[in-house]
Amino acid sequence: MAITATRGQTGLTGNSAVAYAMKQINPDVCAAYPITPSTQVVEDFSSYVADGVVTTELVTVESEHSAMSACIGAAAAGARVMTATSSQGLALMWEMLYIASGMRLPIVMANVNRALSAPINIHCDHSDSMGARDSGWVQIYSETVQEAYDNMFMAVRIAEHKSVLLPAMVCFDGFITSHAIENISLLDDQEVRQFIGEYRPAVSLLDTDHPVTMGAMTLPDTYIEFKHQQSEAMKRASAASVEVMKDFGKRFGREYGLFETYRLEDADTAIVILNSAAGTTKVAIDELRKQGRKVGLLRPRFFRPFPWKEMAEALKGKKAVAVLDRADSMNAFGGPVFNEVRSALYDLDNRPKMINRIYGLGGRDYKVKDALAVFEELAKVSETGGIETLVKYITL
Amino acid sequence: MATLKELSKQQELFSGGHRLCAGCGIPPIVRLVLRAAGGPVVATTATGCLEVGTTIYPYTAWRIPWIHSAFENAAATISGAEAAYKSLKRQGKLPGGDKEIKFVAFGGDGGTYDIGLQALSGALERGHNFLYLCYDNGAYMNTGIQRSSATPLFSNTTTSPSGDVIQGKQQWRKDLTRIVVAHNIPYAAQASPHNWSDLSKKAEKALSIKGATFMNVMSPCPLGWYSKPEDSIKLAKLSVDTCYWPLYEVENGVLKISYKPKEKKPLVDWLKPQGRFKHLFKPENAGLLDEFQKRVDDEWERLLALEGKRL
Repeated sequence: MAITATRGQTGLTGNSAVAYAMKQINPDVCAAYPITPSTQVVEDFSSYVADGVVTTELVTVESEHSAMSACIGAAAAGARVMTATSSQGLALMWEMLYIASGMRLPIVMANVNRALSAPINIHCDHSDSMGARDSGWVQIYSETVQEAYDNMFMAVRIAEHKSVLLPAMVCFDGFITSHAIENISLLDDQEVRQFIGEYRPAVSLLDTDHPVTMGAMTLPDTYIEFKHQQSEAMKRASAASVEVMKDFGKRFGREYGLFETYRLEDADTAIVILNSAAGTTKVAIDELRKQGRKVGLLRPRFFRPFPWKEMAEALKGKKAVAVLDRADSMNAFGGPVFNEVRSALYDLDNRPKMINRIYGLGGRDYKVKDALAVFEELAKVSETGGIETLVKYITL
Repeated sequence: MATLKELSKQQELFSGGHRLCAGCGIPPIVRLVLRAAGGPVVATTATGCLEVGTTIYPYTAWRIPWIHSAFENAAATISGAEAAYKSLKRQGKLPGGDKEIKFVAFGGDGGTYDIGLQALSGALERGHNFLYLCYDNGAYMNTGIQRSSATPLFSNTTTSPSGDVIQGKQQWRKDLTRIVVAHNIPYAAQASPHNWSDLSKKAEKALSIKGATFMNVMSPCPLGWYSKPEDSIKLAKLSVDTCYWPLYEVENGVLKISYKPKEKKPLVDWLKPQGRFKHLFKPENAGLLDEFQKRVDDEWERLLALEGKRL
């Protein structure tokens, strides 16, 4: 059942919190299809529609492919549009993800991270959204329920930002975050309305007095210019995101950045890790810090755009860094986060030794002891300067 | 309904100068349908001849708002646009003020019978207020004449070629109109561009009825049929006069045949001028012609038996 709280502290699951954020955003159209573990987002939102507390037109489509297609049709018609999915659902949308971004439609999606088949598995890993990393969507990752909730509002502003106009997905961990109850602080509806503002699309299919042709065919004489413009928009998304996060922090007191650092500044070794597993890693860091060990963490919040310059600056001078990926690129050269972070550090004069550990696929637990073991490995690497295994699966 | 004279004075919503082939059946169909809307209309098109031939950037043949997103999803894309319309209308946020807008999705037989069937079924079941129009030219013409589930029996296509052993497509075509009717939508019809007045009336009806409506329209293709461009409209008429492509409508479930030829023409009259059936006229394939004729007769009898019935 959908919650009816209006403000203040409330215990909510990640899915309920995100559905509540959608209620507060009150999009013009939501087209969605159920899939574990994101189903509850759509269920909760459906009851908001049934109770008439939103003015949204809900389109309960027959597949995720049609969900994204309907989102595209609605966004092209000038509507503010949202959806939610996971895993196979995101995979089925794959074709349309590229079309949404290529048509510069600022659709916002909650993606509850779940493993991809085969074998079929409904639990958390990041192979779904990592598979969509080149689809031209802004990708924002969330450690907690609070952050997933907050990211939804920021995603709307970033996607619709005049210098961006790209779709955005907010990612959070299936079950670990989507189904866990956390005590979070809600904004009130008025605050949300003021923060996100009215959506004013530049063009709309419904403006029949000014007809537009959208999705025209392009040949080699123009295609690359469109892609170049899109790429430039993704570059601008970085500054736009910083601007939006600053405004969010100023209004509501919760500060966010392109990535989060935890006890990183004076650290010799660090773990780079996404989403909920960062919380587990922080516990390990606190334990090791008590023993006087200089360890820290960097948690990317934005994977698209990838804040490579800022990240290189933050990791400069570290002796050894482990990137932990909850997805494998199946390239025999490590996970997606590793490949990009390692590349980002390449031009540093004094670059850290780096290792990649693939963990937690299909919902396998990542525990404090796993983080501690990685820091032990990092200690060895920084002492000896040698790397025994560059890429390795852990939590096996 | 407007007379031809009146139609000729209306502004064309689909301009000339597009790149569809000479003799293509699609442009007259699209022009008649857009005129039948009689007011603001928004359209989408599945990937295919119509999309490619009308929009090579920076040109467009569309004088109405138009969108193409992908191949299999014209019905889903128009669902979204129509949902946005409902939402924004309700909120008083329509650009340029409140108005009635019609929605049309165009798809070829490949984009409708095959890859787009699921999206079509979903949109029909949800009952969006739109017309889905399939221009059925009987193969994937845009990609070079590959067989679709709408391809006629024994037709030679690039993926069902007539060879030494196999004589073209071996299967009867899917009866999409019947599948659509099974969705219990308020209106479904088959039409053909040679009968502009029947096509226009059906389009006007489909666009004035609230809910999801469907039209399946025979669309001659000189390229894929290996026929003369100047024969297209004649061939469209022959497809109807031979009862290969009956004109009928199903309104609120009741079937009505729109046209019964006074004298049913033999199927070979339609097959002969089309190169895609050339192999059937070899003496050793006479049996296949008989088989084809028999099946057309059967289907026509079946339809006649349904006349006036509630499906």
